[in-house]
Amino acid sequence: MGKELIYLDYAATAPLAETAKTAMADGFALVGNPSSVHRAGRAARDAISKVREQLAAALGTTPGQVVFTSGGTEANALALTQVPQSKRYVSAIEHEAVLSWTLPAYHLPVTAHGIIDLEGAQARLSSWEPGLVSLMLVNNATGIIQPVTALAEIAHAHGHLVHCDGVQAFGKVPIDIATLGADFLTVSAHKIGGPKGIGALIVKDGFALTALLQGGGQERRRRPGTENVLGILGFGGALEAIGDYAGSAHYDALQASIETHVGAAHVAGSASSRVPHILSVRMAGVKNQLQLMRFDLAGLCVSAGSACSSGKVAGNHVLEVMGLGESAEEYIRLSFGPSTTSRHIAQFLSVWDDIRASQKAAA
Amino acid sequence: MRIKNAIYMDYQSTTPLDPVAKAAMLPFMEDKFGNPHSSSHRFGWEAEAAVDVARGQVASVLDVDPAHLFFTSGATESNNMAIKGLALGHLQRPGTIITLASEHSCVLESVRAAQTFGHVPEIVPIQPNGLVDLGALEAALTTDVFLVSVMAVNNEIGTIQPLEKIASLLKPRGILLHCDAAQAYGKVPVDTLAQHCDLISLSAHKIYGPKGIGALYVSAEAQRHMSPHMSGGGQEGHLRSGTLAPALCAGFGAAAQIAAEKLEGEQTRAQRHFEMLLAGLDAMPGDYVLNGCADTRLKSNVNVSFHGTDSARLMANVRRLAVSSGAACASAKEGPSYVLEALGVPPALAEASLRIGTGRFTDDSQVSDALGYIEDALAKSRKRSWSQ
Repeated sequence: MGKELIYLDYAATAPLAETAKTAMADGFALVGNPSSVHRAGRAARDAISKVREQLAAALGTTPGQVVFTSGGTEANALALTQVPQSKRYVSAIEHEAVLSWTLPAYHLPVTAHGIIDLEGAQARLSSWEPGLVSLMLVNNATGIIQPVTALAEIAHAHGHLVHCDGVQAFGKVPIDIATLGADFLTVSAHKIGGPKGIGALIVKDGFALTALLQGGGQERRRRPGTENVLGILGFGGALEAIGDYAGSAHYDALQASIETHVGAAHVAGSASSRVPHILSVRMAGVKNQLQLMRFDLAGLCVSAGSACSSGKVAGNHVLEVMGLGESAEEYIRLSFGPSTTSRHIAQFLSVWDDIRASQKAAA
Repeated sequence: MRIKNAIYMDYQSTTPLDPVAKAAMLPFMEDKFGNPHSSSHRFGWEAEAAVDVARGQVASVLDVDPAHLFFTSGATESNNMAIKGLALGHLQRPGTIITLASEHSCVLESVRAAQTFGHVPEIVPIQPNGLVDLGALEAALTTDVFLVSVMAVNNEIGTIQPLEKIASLLKPRGILLHCDAAQAYGKVPVDTLAQHCDLISLSAHKIYGPKGIGALYVSAEAQRHMSPHMSGGGQEGHLRSGTLAPALCAGFGAAAQIAAEKLEGEQTRAQRHFEMLLAGLDAMPGDYVLNGCADTRLKSNVNVSFHGTDSARLMANVRRLAVSSGAACASAKEGPSYVLEALGVPPALAEASLRIGTGRFTDDSQVSDALGYIEDALAKSRKRSWSQ
């Protein structure tokens, strides 16, 4: 230890933004249960309402459309369970938190470029019974931006509802819910400098949401359970600094330096429109488990996919769908945030070269 | 504890975060920010280790194997996960789920929701003292009953249910017992609870931990019959997916440990304040009734109904005392409490109720002052109702 650790796994989670820490420090002083009618309760409720307004404003919606949840997974579950399983139509590259609620027969096709096949989707959506279509805005493994607005138009034309998992997109690309065209949008705090344990589902105006949980009247009966006051305040704090995650020349330069070094052919979906914060790169002939060990020893924190059930390498399904199945185990995922510098990337690339050289020597 | 000149006596609704629990959370809001499910680097391992420590601390109070304890977003989710998880697990064999009329709304509604899976919800009445009517419960145990849900300590009236006796009716019949222990854990001894119950719901914010985290203990036997509650990344043994929050877990773990250490002292304090409150109320003009059994109850809960006034007048006049007229999650709801209704308290009397909750930061002077506020409020509100 003592060596500097370089964190390149922002897509898994991000450190708290300073503004989030400040908001939470204030939150520690709020004692009451937001549902209590006395002063301590009302103070907690008021603090939550402010964040609800903030979040609504950030997404171009109104506070009544915001339902706070325990995170992205729950928000996705809440949206998907609005229709029976046989009416959930989702892209084949969704996160497990979406895919696991669906039947493979109802997955929508994705091209080799890692983008939903709009024509193929249209053919299916026009023949399937009206249900709910779900497409993520930014893929968590590749960073590829999906044409949600275009798919939403097709889906709506055939009478489907539309859900968008915006967990990896929120903060990184501009989201205006009206432009996006989705009826439901999932967001999470901890990918953009907010705390873990809090997220939200944005629900279109007038939709009578069926709650996932039974209980008290919180969140207008759409999500019972005592509110995570500290988490909601931290989310609000993170929103103040969300601009630090917005796409920028700095992030573009970080990604370009990697792509130039390893070669575009080794970046999954390099020809597709992507956010500059997330990319999967292949080191040919070297298993990613070995790469991860070597990077860890060198103080570089990267991953092989989404951070879910430990041990299991999730996210491989995305590369498989893109026809990269045979080499999927040679890819690692890098993701950046506000503290990532060009020096960090230079260090990463230097270790990359070391690993590759030593593997070549061993071969 | 006094907040802005008001005395906080709503400890059943929520509790202030203990400074030790807060201190336990802080490192995970700073440099230890990893995702506990990141398996490829130190930030992840460090966070996972913290979650494991917290899981051990929470499990230790119940004296159960941490491997059977699953973190959730709170007791509401735990109760939903237990009841609906088993209801889903029994899809092929529709049966009956029993609970008591005085249970928390999330339990009652989860049991009723099991109807959509083809099950029959059965709500068993309780005795006027708030305790289970064992005869009525036994009579309801038809052969198709597969789950009974009974809370350890009632959230509104504090009564403690005889879970050992209930379990002795259920075990020979092979019926699972779920227990909502949100109000019991850390406040009464619960180290033998898992010997009687197959599933136990817990909450952190009732024991001076943070809001937004709870847990569900699931016995190996119960887990065999359970369907996942939240699918996704497969966290928490595939029963409850979603990224865990190490800060919340650590706060819960520390709070659990402190609660266990302070249990005896707290029980003594609660008993003293219970006696002070009742003696003070006895000395006031006018009549009141203590709701729920006076002996078999959590002594930090004093739920009383006053004759000659109503809740709106009473609450309007006790502004310097943060108390509630029932469960917080029902606060916005009009009408008398369904729990008091289940006890047979007449609606007019039930409407004039206060739940006075004492806790770790309550001292004798606060109790004396609270009594003074209540006496003043009663005098004002009764005068107004008489003059009308």
